[in-house]
Amino acid sequence: MTTQTAGSGQHAASGAPPPLAVDGLDVTYRVRGSDRLAVRNVSFQVAANESYGLVGESGSGKSTVALALTRYLPPNGRVSAGTLSVYGQNPLGMGRAALRRYRSRTVSMVYQEPGRALNPSITVGRQVAEVYEVAGLSRADALDRTGELLGKVQIPDPRRVMARYPHQLSGGMAQRVVIAMAIAAEPSLLILDEPTTALDATVEAEVLELLAALRAEMNTSLLFISHNLAVIAKMCDRVGVLYAGELVEEGPARRVFDEPRHPYTVGLLRCIPQRGQRKDHGRLDSIPGFLPEPGQAPSGCIFAPRCLLAEQRCREAPPPAAVTGPGRISRCYLHAQAASLPRNTPVDLQLGPPPAGPEDPVVTVSELSKTFSSHGERVQALTGISLVLQRGETLGLVGESGSGKTTLARVLLGLIAPDRGGKIMLDGAELGPSIASRSRDQLKAVQIVFQNPDSALNRRHTVRQLISRPLTKLAGLSGAALRERLADLVRSVRMEDRQLALRPRQLSGGLKQRVAIARAFGGGPQIVVCDEPTSALDVSVQAAILNLLADLQAKEQVTYLFISHDLGLVRYLSDRIAVLYLGKLMEVGPTERVFGGPHHPYTEALLSAVPRLDGVATRIKLTGEIPSAADPPSGCVFHTRCPRRLPSGICESAEPPLTEAEPGHLLSCHIPIDQLAKLQARG
Amino acid sequence: MATYLLRRLGLAIITLLLLSVLIFFAGQVLPGDPARAILGPFASQSAVASLDHQLGVDRPLLTQYWSWISGAVHGNLGISYQYRSPVAPLLGAALVNSAKLAAFALVVIIPLGVIGGVVAALNVGRPADRLISLTGLSAATVPEFVTGIVVIVIFADGLKILPPSAAAGPGASFATQLRYLILPVVPLVFEFFGYIARITRASTIEALESDYTRTAVLKGLKRRVVIGRHVLRNSLLPTITVIATQTGYLIGGLVVVETLFNYPGVGRLLYNAATEKDFPMLEAGVLLIGAVYMTATLLADLLSTWLNPRLRTELSR
Amino acid sequence: MTDLAARPAEVSGRDARHAALPAWRLLLRRPAFIVGAVILIFWIVCAIFGTAIAPHDPTQPQLLATNQPLSAAHWFGTDQLGRDVFSRVIVGSRAILIVAPLATVLGTVLGTALGLALGYLGGVLDALVGRLVEALLALPAVIIIFLFIVAVGATSLTEIVVIGFIFTPLIARTVRSAVQVESQLDYLPAARLLGDGRARVMFAEILPNVMPTVLVEFTVRLGYAIFTVATLAFLGFGVDPSTPNWGSDIYANYGVIGAGYWWETLFPALAIASLVVAINLVADSIERVLAG
Repeated sequence: MTTQTAGSGQHAASGAPPPLAVDGLDVTYRVRGSDRLAVRNVSFQVAANESYGLVGESGSGKSTVALALTRYLPPNGRVSAGTLSVYGQNPLGMGRAALRRYRSRTVSMVYQEPGRALNPSITVGRQVAEVYEVAGLSRADALDRTGELLGKVQIPDPRRVMARYPHQLSGGMAQRVVIAMAIAAEPSLLILDEPTTALDATVEAEVLELLAALRAEMNTSLLFISHNLAVIAKMCDRVGVLYAGELVEEGPARRVFDEPRHPYTVGLLRCIPQRGQRKDHGRLDSIPGFLPEPGQAPSGCIFAPRCLLAEQRCREAPPPAAVTGPGRISRCYLHAQAASLPRNTPVDLQLGPPPAGPEDPVVTVSELSKTFSSHGERVQALTGISLVLQRGETLGLVGESGSGKTTLARVLLGLIAPDRGGKIMLDGAELGPSIASRSRDQLKAVQIVFQNPDSALNRRHTVRQLISRPLTKLAGLSGAALRERLADLVRSVRMEDRQLALRPRQLSGGLKQRVAIARAFGGGPQIVVCDEPTSALDVSVQAAILNLLADLQAKEQVTYLFISHDLGLVRYLSDRIAVLYLGKLMEVGPTERVFGGPHHPYTEALLSAVPRLDGVATRIKLTGEIPSAADPPSGCVFHTRCPRRLPSGICESAEPPLTEAEPGHLLSCHIPIDQLAKLQARG
Repeated sequence: MATYLLRRLGLAIITLLLLSVLIFFAGQVLPGDPARAILGPFASQSAVASLDHQLGVDRPLLTQYWSWISGAVHGNLGISYQYRSPVAPLLGAALVNSAKLAAFALVVIIPLGVIGGVVAALNVGRPADRLISLTGLSAATVPEFVTGIVVIVIFADGLKILPPSAAAGPGASFATQLRYLILPVVPLVFEFFGYIARITRASTIEALESDYTRTAVLKGLKRRVVIGRHVLRNSLLPTITVIATQTGYLIGGLVVVETLFNYPGVGRLLYNAATEKDFPMLEAGVLLIGAVYMTATLLADLLSTWLNPRLRTELSR
Repeated sequence: MTDLAARPAEVSGRDARHAALPAWRLLLRRPAFIVGAVILIFWIVCAIFGTAIAPHDPTQPQLLATNQPLSAAHWFGTDQLGRDVFSRVIVGSRAILIVAPLATVLGTVLGTALGLALGYLGGVLDALVGRLVEALLALPAVIIIFLFIVAVGATSLTEIVVIGFIFTPLIARTVRSAVQVESQLDYLPAARLLGDGRARVMFAEILPNVMPTVLVEFTVRLGYAIFTVATLAFLGFGVDPSTPNWGSDIYANYGVIGAGYWWETLFPALAIASLVVAINLVADSIERVLAG
């Protein structure tokens, strides 16, 4: 603890109390009669006007810290040790009135789900105005100030928005309102807990930009909490890395991510594909083992059981916080060697032979459309999709919510019947519109790994039942052949035989997803749809699943349709990319072409919206809301938000066809590709 | 909004028609020969046949149903076997009496249940919550006649402070009528306090644990304001619908309470009709109860739709 | 259609891997469950061995000892015919504990099957039955059972069938909404992609997952069934006048409360209350345990 102050004590000298000082914080939850430490001995300080990031995976305790700061822990939680100080005030010792004053003036908070943070039965204007009323303004004045404030968070037509109810706002708009509410009282400390996690990439980029602009304008310190390292890198001056309730590393954000000095940070960064890393560059690394079970702290370093550098002393006594550079600390005995952390996963990846040229289509989709009708409204989820899947390739499917990615996957699987007129061919034979109209071999050929294994695995069945089902039902195996194939499959997803008797809830998220993958491969499929297969998982688990998918593809020669909102993952795994917007294909092409450009203006916007760890980003600003699929814009569906819209008006009136601009690279844009290349080179 | 209203009304009418078929089936078809049922096993075959003809039950089923239901629409509910007079006026008078009893009961139950539920939710897990929840649960599931007898034994028979019957006699003052209704209301209160408290408690807890309540607390609002403006506004909406569905069961409770306390309401009328096999009266009464229930739920639906901005704005689009 | 972003959960409350204590062990930790179960078992024992436990013959009139107050010989006194009230209370549990559970089982089996079909298959059938349930709900169960029992005549068998049938759509409605929640989950399309037919999906995939709902519904309905059977007996339906029956004993004797003979009605009334409260304590505990 003595070394602690040396690390981040640069504010102590100035005399005035820092905006935030957390010292030796322990938070305990009482669960089923026993105490569990969720936050252990956490200390950090935030300086005036500083943006401090807390980053960690699920179970790291990052949200618990925020709740403790606002003194809003759930009834079973309490601060069991340590002190908090916000400008010298300690919220833990306050009486009711002081606590109310503290919450109204000193600290504000924005959190993940903006839709749920707003009261559904009170108008937006009244809710924001309340903050001013607490501060003593009359209702009329409060409403006037609210109008100004909503303008400040870039809400167009504030007066109209104020009369609305929260459900009438889009996610991005709702989050602006929540942010407005949080900054209304000009708090000294603004806590942001995963403020953009629930938003689409382009909306996230807008909200982050707004926050950066507000910060520059206001005299506020930020505590920014996220699981997303790149968002933290973009938004924060300094960062603290939390693991299992402990702050394992701290320092200037850029320095920590460029040159991590704790094995956990090192491992975490190796799990994320960076700087255009692709599967043929080698595997991602992963972190072995699991989080310690809640309430069971090892006697030594909390990370030691999963650390490949760990020595005897690491397991015996917790390491002190060591100063590793200016303003940097690492809670590790071996911080000097952290960068030399051995890999958990060997780099070499047995890639199969590359797809056998462009002319071996396994699935051909032509003119596929899907219209849903709900409450008398017709929603065009997919419009005229034509696409080819080559044998053994991975086609990445990207797009924001409402783009039709999942609908396309479900139509391919036969779970949703497409509109008449569209056609799906599998190996030269037409696939029926529904499962009932498909033969057993066709069923066998197309399988899926769903996003959320909790939903995809029947929680009443054992792992054995779950994995055996496709073997008996689709592959027609029984007896010794079944047992042999089952053992084989379990090995190939790197699980153990003893886990066969368990039920899903007894498995961790990563293991559950392995079961789902084994089930998808059980029948010997030709095509496996991977629908956001890692988005429900933590970063350290995600890498292992991606490696597994790549290995299985090499071994089984399957084709993947890989759906993800995470462009880094798509780039890592895919051979080709298809970009969807409002149910239409905007661009299809080889991965490096699509990422490298020239690309469709929408792709360009999507790519530049993604925060990157190295912080380099040339942002194309998208304006306006994503239009409703029930009422798509005329002409090119993207024209309402397109930064490169042509002045001639053709974008509004005519729909550009999907044409082959370069070999294998198709675009749906009125601007010729060489023009696009010039525009995008200029940025 | 108008289309929603019409659709909702249309559904209620269809449901009521379906119910009438069900009632007709149970009342006209299942018992076999009504005249035989009235006249008993020793009546002559010709007497039975002539009474059957007189009652109109020898006509084809569809014709009978049509004349019954079209009569019902015009307020002609048939002739009571038992009283040998039209059903409608008898039922009308009884309905007024029952409505008095039910209204008194609701006036007591609703505030008590809602307050109980809110208090339990605000003290979740503490003794107050346990007490309210367990009392409510136990009281709700003990049949009304059991509670009724217990209060008669104690207050009418033991302490002799309240009358054991509910009918105050003609021309009694409002206060006297109320005094006579106190004991009969007790079993009804017992019965429904628990339901309403339970629903209110659940929805209030949900609202208390919501993100928007956290937002309100972290704004620095006073606890009173947080609960009054943010929590209750959202948690009492579901309660309205529950109260409406309970009015149907309340009438079920009336059958027992009115019989036990000898009160001339719909419940006792139906009970007598059932024991006397007076099918026209029974059918008409059951249909009437169905209509009352439909009206109550319809009104509750409209009220909660009107109070819920989400539904309101979706409908006005 | 929506992209669920990764939502890392804080270790704030439950951890699924540790919540795996079997439900019955959690039940045994609940005092409310223990109390309810003990009372319930007591009445079940009375229903089975009642005649052996009862100190007197519950059906034997003693015309010289009518309306006797509580005494060492007659713990709960005697009734208007001089029969021992204590013995009648003990033996009277049988009537209710045969009809009510059988009716509930009938309603639960039919209701679960119907609910599965409605929730999973949906469509026209669902809309039609939905209306029918709505129509039935318009009436308090007591009244509609009343109507049917008067129509077809009151015997134990008709009571079981009528109560069972009336419960069927009510239980189906609850099961249906549980099935609809399950229908949102991906394990159903996953099963269909493995070539499973609808029947198998309903019974092998969905049913095990809605069993907790069915169990809770069964216990709650059992409480209602007892309520209903007792009320019908009080109103004079479905009763064999010679056998002891709590409801009809109350009906037969409540007229003499005014004469001071309160024990003749109070003890059967308390018996009903204790049984119903016991069932509800059990039902509530099961519900709370299954809800986590």
